[in-house]
Amino acid sequence: MELKEEIILLTPEGKRSDGRRWDELRPIRMRVGVLKRADGSALVEMGNTKVLAAVYGPRESHPRHLLPPDRAILRVAYRMATFSVEERKKPQPSRREIELSKVIKEALEPALYLEEFPRTAIDVYTLVLQADGGTRTASINAASLALADAGIPMKGLVTAVAVGRIGDQIIVDLNDLEDKYGDADMPIAMVPVTGEITLLQMDGTMPPDLFEEALKVAKRALEIIYNEQKKALRERYLRIKDEVLGEEK
Amino acid sequence: MINEIKKEIVTKLEKETIFSFLSEGKRIDERGPYDFRPVNIIPALIKKAEGSALVELGNTKILAGIKVSPARPFADEPNKGIFVVNTEFAPVASPIFEPGPPSEYAIEVARVVDRAIRSAEMIKLDELVIIPGKLVWMINIDIYTLDDDGNLIDASMIGAVSALLTGSIPKVEVIDEEKEEIEIIKEETRPIPIQDIPVTLTFAKIGNYIVLDPSHIEENIMDGRLTIAINQKNQICALQKGEGGGFKFEDVLLAKDIALRKAEELRSIILDHLAKKPRGDEAWEEIRGE
Repeated sequence: MELKEEIILLTPEGKRSDGRRWDELRPIRMRVGVLKRADGSALVEMGNTKVLAAVYGPRESHPRHLLPPDRAILRVAYRMATFSVEERKKPQPSRREIELSKVIKEALEPALYLEEFPRTAIDVYTLVLQADGGTRTASINAASLALADAGIPMKGLVTAVAVGRIGDQIIVDLNDLEDKYGDADMPIAMVPVTGEITLLQMDGTMPPDLFEEALKVAKRALEIIYNEQKKALRERYLRIKDEVLGEEK
Repeated sequence: MINEIKKEIVTKLEKETIFSFLSEGKRIDERGPYDFRPVNIIPALIKKAEGSALVELGNTKILAGIKVSPARPFADEPNKGIFVVNTEFAPVASPIFEPGPPSEYAIEVARVVDRAIRSAEMIKLDELVIIPGKLVWMINIDIYTLDDDGNLIDASMIGAVSALLTGSIPKVEVIDEEKEEIEIIKEETRPIPIQDIPVTLTFAKIGNYIVLDPSHIEENIMDGRLTIAINQKNQICALQKGEGGGFKFEDVLLAKDIALRKAEELRSIILDHLAKKPRGDEAWEEIRGE
């Protein structure tokens, strides 16, 4: 290991490594319906983290006898592009990617009316184009938009964000540096309309009183992101409307 | 079965429509038989990649990225750098792509792109040596399909070439040749040394007709596929016949003539986009539709 210069995550003035305040989110950009072949798709950017999601289905799947007779199955594959990270990632899925695929699936499932489509499969694919921390939460935000774009009936969108800790300061929407060198990283997803938490993970350490505060902080951040999601969906429908009206002329 | 490329179902009506257009010298998307679809390139958009390009060929979309790293040279070419082309047929791109190891088709696309770049000697591999015989630069060119509306070969080739043309190699200082100790200075870079710009042009034979740059609906009913790579000296630098039969001698000669005629047009489109388009953060504005 080569010696690294000391990394300053939080200045005495309360500025983070990328100049943000503790509760400041990175610039959020969301666009729904970015792919032609997919049934639903979305591109979500949280600063330098950029994730593409596509949904196919509900569709037939084989072997059919493995499909439950009373609902659709949800399959999720989270992958990182080889060039999305500093050192080239090998193209084969890593253990990390497989675990994240599973937790993302479980974060999305509670929001879906899977019983509407028995004996079918819904496939969600997320591809991290550029990684700067928070790729699983960006994937969830993108995937839930893509599911809505595909017209899958949902109780509500799923919204996700990571909160963390530097010393005794809670921070929101961690970048890669804060994720690697901070004291805690806690991604959280919820369905805002039902209030259900559908993903909760943490690594690092968090004192109990800060944990409670972290949850509160996360809730505020989720609200902002949820509003961006709704805005992006609405913008998609307006675009479709324009296309249809344009054709009628 | 698994040896065949999975194809999608095309309705009789679609098929008949395609043929009736072709009989009038037109195509279902209003192109002429030897027109390629509009090309759009968004260069150098991935920060962590040493080179990258998002390419749109009509509705087909691919993202190519380059990572460079020090590696051991091949024993038979100790004083040459290495490049590896890899395609990921990401399942986001098509209802028939699945996650998993690369399909035969994905490997074929990567090998055709690799061959065209290698035969054209696009990259000056002898300028990629760090310690002669011991350490050279390895250039990994990874191509992700994002939206498959046909002709992934040409889209991937445009992507690979564009990513290479935007690509850079960090400065390196050799500290100890014996111990192979080096220091990479990421802040100081030089462009990837390039000496040729090859392009590929892919044709489909549909019944008695030949078309350039088949869309996915045309691919689904084509009898055969032929890719011709042309270097900057206007030589043929790679060939690949794919799928079933269909091509006769005169067809191949016709395709060759069209390829030679179209290669310069495609090359100047690539160079034009790379010269004019914004890079980095600004490149994303176009993707967002801003």
